[in-house]
Amino acid sequence: MKAWIAFWNILAKDFRAYYLKPPNISWGLIFPLAWTGMFFIRSGAGLDSVPALLPGVIAVSVLFGTTSLLSVTVTFEKKGRSFERLLLAPIPLELLMVAKTGGAILFGIANAFVPVIFAAFLMDLSAVNWATLVPAIVLIAISSTFLGLFIAVSVSEVFEAQTFSNFFRFPMLFLCGLFFPIEPLPVWLRPLSYALPLTYGADVLHGSIHRSPHLPLPVDFGLLLAFCAVLFGLSLRNIRRKWIV
Amino acid sequence: MTIQDASIIEVHGLAKRFGDVQAVAGIDFDVREGELFGFLGPNGAGKSTTINMLIGLARADAGTIRIAGIDGSKNPKAAQHLMGVVPDESNLYPELTGFENLSFCGALYGMPKRDREARAKELLDRFGLAKAANRKFGGYSKGMKRKLTIAAGIIHAPPILFMDEPTTGIDVASARQIRQLIADLNTAGTTIFLTTHYIEEAQRLCGRIAFIVRGRIVRTDTVEELMRRMDGRHVVRFAVSSGAAEVCEAIVAKWPNLHCQAVAEDHIRVESSEPVRVGPLVRLLEDRGAEVSEARKLRPSLEDVFVEITGIEAGAMKQEKEQPGKGGGR
Repeated sequence: MKAWIAFWNILAKDFRAYYLKPPNISWGLIFPLAWTGMFFIRSGAGLDSVPALLPGVIAVSVLFGTTSLLSVTVTFEKKGRSFERLLLAPIPLELLMVAKTGGAILFGIANAFVPVIFAAFLMDLSAVNWATLVPAIVLIAISSTFLGLFIAVSVSEVFEAQTFSNFFRFPMLFLCGLFFPIEPLPVWLRPLSYALPLTYGADVLHGSIHRSPHLPLPVDFGLLLAFCAVLFGLSLRNIRRKWIV
Repeated sequence: MTIQDASIIEVHGLAKRFGDVQAVAGIDFDVREGELFGFLGPNGAGKSTTINMLIGLARADAGTIRIAGIDGSKNPKAAQHLMGVVPDESNLYPELTGFENLSFCGALYGMPKRDREARAKELLDRFGLAKAANRKFGGYSKGMKRKLTIAAGIIHAPPILFMDEPTTGIDVASARQIRQLIADLNTAGTTIFLTTHYIEEAQRLCGRIAFIVRGRIVRTDTVEELMRRMDGRHVVRFAVSSGAAEVCEAIVAKWPNLHCQAVAEDHIRVESSEPVRVGPLVRLLEDRGAEVSEARKLRPSLEDVFVEITGIEAGAMKQEKEQPGKGGGR
């Protein structure tokens, strides 16, 4: 019970202090919308291109919203030493980090629905398979947030967090099948695509909106879950090794 | 405050190495329940590393820590329930108000909303911060930040409080208030583990003191016992117009039983195991062309004990700590 009081308050504090601030909302929204506009204009297919673009835009919204905010806020708190207050709290490290990442996960999920709402005015969403779309969004948000956590624990400066985030994010835009299919990629690049969690999330998103997924859904979901577990486990291990020295 | 004989903190053979540096080299000490225990040492002596191991922010390479009977090395989270921590930096959240910071810190220890809000209001009143309760912490003065950081450390009324350099870098009036708050907390029953480089602060506040130098504790004792070393010592301080080092040499040359130290360009400190006769000294100084504007007999202080035991000049230790960018051995 006592640990849950700490959990909810860490979550609420992060929302109030970070996620609901206008600059952060804009970072989570404007960047993905700019990408949407760019691909929309580039496709030249008008409204017909919206169903094929929507999965990529959803994924980008989640990816950029979560990784940017989490890696920056954790690095910022670590540098200002306020993170020590959390490490000194008598709650298990696992619960503490779930609380710390929970805000970013919810922020990422909320971000995902911004392009969906826009799309509702441009296309018919009645054919969308919500039963797979929503869990896929949730798992993409969790895996992206844990990627942000992994980045935050690996760096010590806020600018390093941004740079290191882009090291992962920009290749993911092109390698994960968000806007370009994986099959035409050179053979030597394809293994890299399948080593990235977003590939499996994007496959489910495409499958839920406009075509069949390339991989069986249990494989996509199973691998997304595995990436979440591995990234969270690695981050906790690094926190114990680097921050509780 | 009545001090119990039972130890609430027990440390045996505690050691920590960072690369080639042995930060803490197998130290032993205990802190009794209700005690205000001082941990003194120069920069890099191992104070912050020790405190970090005690509070669970660093892992010991060797040794044991027992906090109220709990094995702090193996189960730091259980021990953290019993402790409050005031770090050497005021590390609360700049974007939250004073009241929100205290309430949040209470929540980290599982305090229900009503309890932590009532306690936050009580502490804001007690620390003279009630009027600033709804201002953001980032806009507080240094002294106010320090006071709120101490309030955050005791929001959950812990039986043990670790304080790392609580008065460093703040104005004299705020430091004085904070010393009074520390004394009041101890009087109310809180066991306090205090690291400081202000020796006079430790002398005024602490019951027992451990001196740590290069990762080793060189002496642990009560302030009275430490001061007993200086019984029979006589100290006179002279303000001279100039040339303190030269006149010191002349004094020692004429009276080899005196110990003379130039503490500044215009101040010397003469020490002896026998009463110091001021008249002949003043005459010698004036014969050497050094005009004497003041001669004052001093009571030996804990600073003298520190210098004698550690061989480290306390003034140098203070200056080193107060230089920007120099902290503890974190």
